[in-house]
Amino acid sequence: MKKFNLEIAVGIFMVAGFLCFAYISIKLGDINLFGKDTYTVKARFSSISGLKEGANIEIAGVRVGKVDRISLDQEFYEAVVYMSLDKGIVLQEDSIASIRTAGIIGDKFVKISPGGLDDRIKDGGELEETESAINLEELISKYIFQGK
Amino acid sequence: MLARFFGKLGHEILYFLETTGRMGVFLFTCLLCLVTPPYRIRAIIRQTYFIGARSSFVIIFTGLFTGMVLGLQGYYTLRKFGAEGLLGSAVAVSLLRELGPVLTALMVIGRAGSAMCAEIGIMRNSEQIDALETMAIDPYRFVMVPKFGATILSLPFLTFIFNMVGIMGGYLVGVSLLGLTSGAYFQGMYQNVVWDDIEMGLVKSFVFALIVVWVAASKGYHLHLERSGGFGAEGVSRTTTSAVVMSSVLVLVWDYLISAMML
Amino acid sequence: MSEESREPIIQLIDVCKSFGDQSVLENVNLDIFEGTTTVIIGPSGTGKSVILKQMMGLLKPTSGRVLVFGQDLSRISKRELQAIRMNFGVLFQNVALFDSMNVFDNVALPLRERTKASEKEIRQNVEEKLALMDLDGVNEKYPAQLSGGMLKRVGLARALVLNPKVIFFDEPTTGLDINKSNEIYRVFYRSQLRFKYTSVIVSHDVPRIFKLTDYVALLADRTIVNSISPEDFQLSKHPAIKSFVETTMGPIYISEEEEADYYEKI
Repeated sequence: MKKFNLEIAVGIFMVAGFLCFAYISIKLGDINLFGKDTYTVKARFSSISGLKEGANIEIAGVRVGKVDRISLDQEFYEAVVYMSLDKGIVLQEDSIASIRTAGIIGDKFVKISPGGLDDRIKDGGELEETESAINLEELISKYIFQGK
Repeated sequence: MLARFFGKLGHEILYFLETTGRMGVFLFTCLLCLVTPPYRIRAIIRQTYFIGARSSFVIIFTGLFTGMVLGLQGYYTLRKFGAEGLLGSAVAVSLLRELGPVLTALMVIGRAGSAMCAEIGIMRNSEQIDALETMAIDPYRFVMVPKFGATILSLPFLTFIFNMVGIMGGYLVGVSLLGLTSGAYFQGMYQNVVWDDIEMGLVKSFVFALIVVWVAASKGYHLHLERSGGFGAEGVSRTTTSAVVMSSVLVLVWDYLISAMML
Repeated sequence: MSEESREPIIQLIDVCKSFGDQSVLENVNLDIFEGTTTVIIGPSGTGKSVILKQMMGLLKPTSGRVLVFGQDLSRISKRELQAIRMNFGVLFQNVALFDSMNVFDNVALPLRERTKASEKEIRQNVEEKLALMDLDGVNEKYPAQLSGGMLKRVGLARALVLNPKVIFFDEPTTGLDINKSNEIYRVFYRSQLRFKYTSVIVSHDVPRIFKLTDYVALLADRTIVNSISPEDFQLSKHPAIKSFVETTMGPIYISEEEEADYYEKI
């Protein structure tokens, strides 16, 4: 009877520990246990300064996905951003991806403005129309020097 | 005078190297015994009860208060920048990457590491280890393996219990007490916590588990070789103290090293 | 016990042992013969236990050889050493029972860990050994609940449980009063008669231990002086033995020869 209790206690402990781990990794770590429910779209930017992996993708202010990976195209020296979008989101081929800032000093995110074509973009496709990050410092210095 | 100084220095260095080497060999032997049959599943379960299950309560308690204080401090700091929305992620990230593994390891050192060291030390002192050897029972397999297995199994679980409770503690303070919205707390958390954070916490908790059980068990096992004299009750208490100090320091050092490596 | 073959099963050959700068044993030579009882005596703190621990392979000699069943202990693998130790039983000075286990589990431990015996066979064997030690009804007790004499007997039961060829006794009666010591000697004698094991005893209990032993070896000045029968020991002219006999046994054990001298003087 004594041993029985002991094993139950260990069992409860291990299940509790595992549940905590599972909850944290699935909910917070974005681990997809039940297969992929996102698709990936590429976009090229001349500058993404400040955009990080994991940043939000928004349409009309609603979060529809996140930045999966960022790499540099050595040929054109452009930033390639891989975005994973929720499966249910339908995007036209001429949608525009632009990099914006939340507030003045907030996080960078990718804003997608829907286009007007009928052709839908598929998994692994590329958004041709992009707007790079607005460099706030450049803008400000431009105004200051113009004012002189 | 100078010759004596260098002679003493040489002695110290030799002693240090010898101790380190002995502990290294000890670790290697224990791990080898852990992964080769016969496996001592029942003994490991029994030890898991002492090291893991019985530590849950204190881990829940410390985790809760750590999360609460993070919520409180974080809230007032973030409010200065108008970024209260980041509270959830601030609490979660600091718990997952740093506080969870480190504080859990320190609590386990205090609760189980010291007990392990004293237990093995007393076994050494009262010839129980010699008795095992002469009965042709390998003390590594009989005494060490269950403790190694149980600690390596328990610490990651305890860490995630700590994390989970800590996040709840932060929620309790941030949302229930300070009036943040529940959505803001969790939304910020979901967005900013990535798998890398969890992975780092996991790696740390495994490494810390190894440090905790290694230092405690090897200090106890080599009690009779302690230079300061490992005999009697006083020897056990001194060695236990030094094991607690040493493993705590090692945990913090390795915490930095792992953070530096993985960032 | 009395019948002896001249084959030594344990041999110490020129064994030296030092801890750091401190030399404890120098050129120790000692043979232990099968089926006999050898007692190692000597002033306390001179390394008697060290000799015992070398025979068990717990300590390695600094130089010299320890042969057990003809094998050099410092040259064999861990596995071979374990195989040799299967033939050993040890009664440690402070018994070294595992305090977290009850008496039955303590005695059963070597069987459970080292043999494939079924639980039923184990129970039978353990109870037989405990009964032989006059220990009944203590199965469920923990070592901390037993008296010193009972602990020693439990320790002896554990040493006997694998039916070993050699049993080592490290100070079997130290700390016990005369009645308790007699009890230990009684069960020792009874068990040796029954299992015919070789025994090596480290003891302080001179001269009573002489009644039980075939050989006496004196450790003095870091070496074994001689291994001879107790009668010869008490009559020995060797200065170290003589001084030991005189200081520990006093005039009661004056040898016959000296006794004659003694009376002549009167």
